[in-house]
Amino acid sequence: MSLDRTVGAAPAHPTPGHSRPSALASFLRLRELPVILALVILVAVTAALNPLFLSEQGIKDLLLNATILMILAVGQTLVIITRNIDLSVGSILGLVAFGTGSIFVAAPNLPIIAVFVLGMLFGAVLGALNGLLITIAKVPALVITLGTLYIFRGINNAWAGGTQYFAGDRPEAFGNLSVDTILGFPVITLIAVVVVAIVAVYMLGTRPGRDLYAIGSDPDAARLFGIPVTRRVLLAFVVNGLLAGLAGVLYASRFNSVGATTGSGLELDVVAAAVVGGVAIFGGSGTVVGATIGALLLTTITSALTALRVDKFWQQAIVGILILAAVVIDRIASVRSARKLRIAEARNV
Amino acid sequence: MSDPSRSRTAVDPEQGPTEKPVRGKRMAAPGTRTSEEKSTRRPAAGKADTTKVLAVPKGRTGAARVLLGRDAIMIYVLVVVVLYASIAIPRFASPVTVGFLLLDVIPTLLIALPMTLVIISGEIDLSVASIAGLTSALMGVLWQGGMPIALVLVICVLAGLVAGAFNGVLIAYLGLPSLAVTIGTLALFRGLALVVIGDNAVANFPPGLTSFFTSKIGGTGIPTVMIGVVVLIIAFAVVLHFTPFGRGLFALGYSREAATFVGIDVARSKFVLYLATGTVSALAGIYWTLRYSSARSDNASGLELAVIAAVLLGGVSIFGGKGSIPGVLAGVLLIGTINYALKLDRVSEVVLIIVTGSLLILSVVAPNIAAAVQRARHARQVRAAPLP
Repeated sequence: MSLDRTVGAAPAHPTPGHSRPSALASFLRLRELPVILALVILVAVTAALNPLFLSEQGIKDLLLNATILMILAVGQTLVIITRNIDLSVGSILGLVAFGTGSIFVAAPNLPIIAVFVLGMLFGAVLGALNGLLITIAKVPALVITLGTLYIFRGINNAWAGGTQYFAGDRPEAFGNLSVDTILGFPVITLIAVVVVAIVAVYMLGTRPGRDLYAIGSDPDAARLFGIPVTRRVLLAFVVNGLLAGLAGVLYASRFNSVGATTGSGLELDVVAAAVVGGVAIFGGSGTVVGATIGALLLTTITSALTALRVDKFWQQAIVGILILAAVVIDRIASVRSARKLRIAEARNV
Repeated sequence: MSDPSRSRTAVDPEQGPTEKPVRGKRMAAPGTRTSEEKSTRRPAAGKADTTKVLAVPKGRTGAARVLLGRDAIMIYVLVVVVLYASIAIPRFASPVTVGFLLLDVIPTLLIALPMTLVIISGEIDLSVASIAGLTSALMGVLWQGGMPIALVLVICVLAGLVAGAFNGVLIAYLGLPSLAVTIGTLALFRGLALVVIGDNAVANFPPGLTSFFTSKIGGTGIPTVMIGVVVLIIAFAVVLHFTPFGRGLFALGYSREAATFVGIDVARSKFVLYLATGTVSALAGIYWTLRYSSARSDNASGLELAVIAAVLLGGVSIFGGKGSIPGVLAGVLLIGTINYALKLDRVSEVVLIIVTGSLLILSVVAPNIAAAVQRARHARQVRAAPLP
């Protein structure tokens, strides 16, 4: 079990003594390949049947819809890679989104960048709360974040009550972030892309990033190896909170109203996006980019089905089938790589 | 290379005793049997008795084990809460309360039963509420299509069984992770519910049937449906605690490999569990439909997390291998009672979920902190004691 995980986690690093695989071979073995293929086929088929799908406006809508889920999926990936999970992201997003609405009402002249910083800090604090409970009390993340899912949502309810803030309460420049485009990309999507790029580089190229994979593959081994497991897991939760905070601020920019129930039920969509993007639910493998594409695929499918005039009631069922397919594909891939590794090791001896 | 690792495993048994003081300590608490006293004095006794721990290596036995276990504590807490609410909150102690509290709690209670077994065996099922929703939608459409109600009910239960079997095949026989699979089927079954009934709602169920589902037994306020629920509770409790199959589930939760070697058919056991969650979720869906006499695609949505929260609060370990039906019953009823009492006390309904969340976190964090304190104390004593 753990063997195939390590293989999945570091496909780019062949074991010494083997010839370096060709670029094509390593591309074919990419964990993200199935989801990329699915996305390309989906977009191609839809565009062929309905050219309007890839019009400028069509692409813009597509990206706008995916942005928030993309950012949340990036954060969730960090947490899942360490063999944890965070179910409270929807509630964090709700709290921060409502907080953003209230800030603009209380201090309309605050620079927008300050609002972003405040929102992300708020999210990071909530994420740190999750992380501290999990690492210090050593309680499974599923239980803690299920608890904070309710607590944060309750606080949001108590705070908001029946109040809702509408786009009119916020400065126009803030709302324009999700209207204006640069080179055809909406501004908030560009923000998301930058976030994905930063986190992806961090996960690939830095020590703490690689540590997260090691922790997810085998927490005990990671501890023996001298990795500060507690600090790293805490880091993952703080970053996840921070990104959920960012998503909350962007939510307030993108959508008209924020209130007590903003973002509820989002947590399972986020986990689903990560799973579809090839992030193994038991940690140790998967990439941020994969999760992002997973999020893009999940949101694209909804628009594609609308564009293809498929009965809207089928959409959720198809999303479900997609998730199941992703899980099955992931399983097949890991079984195959485990068998290959066993054969390779047998030859080495 | 192999030597150091071996010596490491040899040390492991030494760590065994560090767990035991926790049990030994509880046994040492002298046994007075009234519920309130017990729940209030336990923490104090914990501190006083640690010196005896090393002398009492055995776990709790007999009555002490039953009366001081985690389940018992949950039940004491429940009793205290009910007593407090009856005294402090006007109108709480009445048959009306009993009736509405139980009617509200039945769907959670029903699904919590198979969910307990699933979590004990080390898996999870997030699709339960969607199965309930699917059943509800199916029921509405079939009834509107003019089918006799008895046949509709049978088909609905069968649909739940099939949905459970679908989960079961993927998880038990294909070996896919249950968390990921049931997130998928959560979306799939809810999606199918939408496909079946769309935006419509069906409400014209036979009045005899819907009034039966909200009727009470005589003047007690206990809903008539509770008879069926109690039968199910007993059935699940017997299966979990008094059959080889049930004991096998605990073994499965502790260690899948070990369970296989002992001769437990792991795949079949898990498959049966998912059949059970599917079927019972269908029953919950039917109940939901008839209780509110409305079949809609979004019935019972979000219930899965409430059920899991209640089950975990009831002392079932999310890692599997630990838990009991009485504990879970206490957990479900505790959340139900607190929510109902606070509602009667005019606490805003939206704030109540904070209580649910805090209870859940407290229930898992508190024992861990207590155990950590115990371990620290024990380690100090071991260091202080002369080596043999």
